[in-house]
Amino acid sequence: MRLERRHHSSRAALLLAPVGAVAFTLAVSALLVLWAGAPVGRTYALLLQGGFGSVFAWSETLTRAIPLILTGLSATVAFKARLFNIGAEGQLYAGALAAVAVGGLHGGSGFDAPLWLLFPLMMLAAALAGALLLLGPALMKTRLGVDEVVTTLLFNFIVLLAVGALLDGPMKDPSALGWPQSVALQDGLELGKLIAQTRVHTGLVWAAALALGVWLLFKYTVPGFHIRAVGANARAAAFAGVPVTRTVVGVAMLSGALAGLAGAIEVAGRTGYVTLDMSPGYGYTGIVIAMLAGLHPLGVLAAAVFVAGVLVGADTMSRAVGVPTYIADVIVATSLIAVLVATLLTQYRVRWK
Amino acid sequence: MTVLALQGISKRFGALVANDDISLTLEAGEVLALLGENGAGKSTLMSILFGHYVADAGRIAVFGQPLAPGNPRAALAAGVGMVHQHFTLADNLSVLDNVMMGTEPLWQPFPRRAAARARLLEVAQRFGLGVAPDALIGSLSVGERQRVEILKALYRGARILILDEPTAVLTPQESEALFATLAQMVAQGLSIIFISHKLPEVLRVSHRVAVLRGGKLVAQARTGGTTQEQLAQWMVGHAVDAPARRPARRVGDAVCVLERVSTAARNPADNRDALRDASLTLRAGEIVAIAGVSGNGQVALAELLSGTRRAVTGSVRLMDRPLPAAPSKLVARGVARIPEDRHAVGVIGDLPVWENVVSERLRGDAFSRRLLPGLRWVRGAAARAHARRVEQAFDIRGAGLEAPARSLSGGNMQKLILGRTLLAPATAGGAPARASRLIVAHQPTWGLDIGAVAYVQQQLIDARDAGAAVLLISDDLDEVLALGDRVAVMHGGHIGEPRPATAWTREAIGLAMAGTPQRAAAPKAAA
Repeated sequence: MRLERRHHSSRAALLLAPVGAVAFTLAVSALLVLWAGAPVGRTYALLLQGGFGSVFAWSETLTRAIPLILTGLSATVAFKARLFNIGAEGQLYAGALAAVAVGGLHGGSGFDAPLWLLFPLMMLAAALAGALLLLGPALMKTRLGVDEVVTTLLFNFIVLLAVGALLDGPMKDPSALGWPQSVALQDGLELGKLIAQTRVHTGLVWAAALALGVWLLFKYTVPGFHIRAVGANARAAAFAGVPVTRTVVGVAMLSGALAGLAGAIEVAGRTGYVTLDMSPGYGYTGIVIAMLAGLHPLGVLAAAVFVAGVLVGADTMSRAVGVPTYIADVIVATSLIAVLVATLLTQYRVRWK
Repeated sequence: MTVLALQGISKRFGALVANDDISLTLEAGEVLALLGENGAGKSTLMSILFGHYVADAGRIAVFGQPLAPGNPRAALAAGVGMVHQHFTLADNLSVLDNVMMGTEPLWQPFPRRAAARARLLEVAQRFGLGVAPDALIGSLSVGERQRVEILKALYRGARILILDEPTAVLTPQESEALFATLAQMVAQGLSIIFISHKLPEVLRVSHRVAVLRGGKLVAQARTGGTTQEQLAQWMVGHAVDAPARRPARRVGDAVCVLERVSTAARNPADNRDALRDASLTLRAGEIVAIAGVSGNGQVALAELLSGTRRAVTGSVRLMDRPLPAAPSKLVARGVARIPEDRHAVGVIGDLPVWENVVSERLRGDAFSRRLLPGLRWVRGAAARAHARRVEQAFDIRGAGLEAPARSLSGGNMQKLILGRTLLAPATAGGAPARASRLIVAHQPTWGLDIGAVAYVQQQLIDARDAGAAVLLISDDLDEVLALGDRVAVMHGGHIGEPRPATAWTREAIGLAMAGTPQRAAAPKAAA
């Protein structure tokens, strides 16, 4: 079996590829559902209903999508320049911790600064914490040629252990009955609700605005061109005068900042304080979302809502039929592989020998 | 006796017909030259013969036996060997290891080196290809490496040898040695397909010529009965005028002066790729052409003057000021750069044509405006308008400005690079753009078809006549002698004394390229 490059990718094939990928994913996952002894049709119906079937379902899905949009954007920005940042999980926690450090109720009252000043400071601190965390790996890559996949991945463990130590030490909430968790944010710093009686908060607007911003950056600005040029062909970009090192470092700062904001917005919009289980792997899922979206910033919005819907729907589904929620992870993972293969097949044809 | 018969071979890629009903035969003891421009279908045809592609229609017979389609091993087993233009040798292994590689079964615990060595020496002696079996490939010259490639094919029992542009990397003397080897091989009954676009050598070595154009076999002839003009006309489809050779008229002041410059090698293991104590002066209105076997510092020289490599010692001055070390600053100072590898360095293939056209100057006020510190907004309309001007002025043909640059043919890609670097945008005040002061062209016509070659060469001549200093670095000796007002030879990182083109003979250049001291190559008086 060999792959032969197609000279033209037809428009129909490009449109059909995601549809085929989703169909393939559902077919493969159906086998697992059958294995679990549940009716396939009802299981999928419940999953769909649980993720998108009511206002409440939508509100839960969108709530879950907010951090995923931000980590998805973080991966999109980095991967576009071929900076493979696997460290969004750690950057998210660093951002969350920085947000609480600035806006938390330390000593019962927190910093005595006006909220209009404290809120931007909190967000800035979170973005900076995430950015600085990725600065080291970026400099190691550009100066010493150290592979950033390894360094950013390992940083995740360091950060998580450090966060654990801080939550059990200096940043521990004394009133938390011994639980390792931080103090809560000051009341006024929390994000407002988008729909009353639900958990959807205004972080969704922030996330969507940032997606739009990244899209504008890519499409209409010189730094955006630099990012795409470095990612597509760094040697040719350098020849044409693109400052490659500066671009890679800038991309690292932006990518880390987006992941850091994901942590801050999660704290300000949903949890109110930092715990060690506040992210069920949002940083890693962000990579899946970026790939599903084909590294398109607006596609990240759709991909994040899709993945969030599957994750939320699976909770509902598993309560009704005896299929474990892990089916959601299988669906997300299979859809990623299916989309990547489908994209490949729009560019290559398979020759059977 | 017919050793190879291709019958009615057709192959299409989507709408493109790469091979259209091609029938060819090769006789024993014959050299068949396969001639055609880039994209004429030569590579596709050879890939089908080798089983890399499966033909849509047609049959192949080797020594009368049908060849299984789509199976590279079948071609090798049938006795067809290929020597690629880019060698497939492992530098860190010996000649013998490279030749043996892949010929021994995997389950055999120890390689049978003694037997292999005897066979290699026997083959080498039979065809007059002297080699040292234990020499490392990395220590061999390009001509010697090519000999190893040929031996590799012969060792595997090839009776039909396909040579893809074999002289592209050789000095004239090495080419002569290759031609002698070919003569010896056909005398012993081997058959050779010789792929080339250099007409003089095709006339010299081949018995028969087959010409492809647009995927069709347009002509076949006995070499003795054709002329260079006839072959060129078959290849292109119409008569071709080479750019008129006119000597430089007004040579002006020095534009760029290198004084005793040394650079580091990019790859520490291969220190041939560096400048050593090199000096050169480039003057306005003059083309200085650099000849040399590739790997003697040409890359370092081109990169130094393109802003992608720095001098370690010595001085480089551009119009009496130090040469800036960044590409964007060089562009701003009027240096036009044409890189050697247009696919890997010249354009960013995934990005659209218009972005590639403006990529060198996107940060300037003509194509973007400052929004915030560090954030410039692209003037899309102005950039596209300029790209359209370049597209028209340089006749870039393709799928339009929004298509990815990789979709352009080699010739159109080179026109894009020329247009990008030579046609500066009008300045904000509407004043006419400043012409290029210095043009650094590294292998500007490599791999282009005849029409595009003539176009690129004409552009360089026109730029010279407009007052630019032109540095032309080329492996193609014909091009060096045709375009250079002065010609210098590079060897081992040194740049020899530039002399008027008319003061060189091919023999003298060949000796200088091989590193023989200059006095042994006393230049002939100007003709």
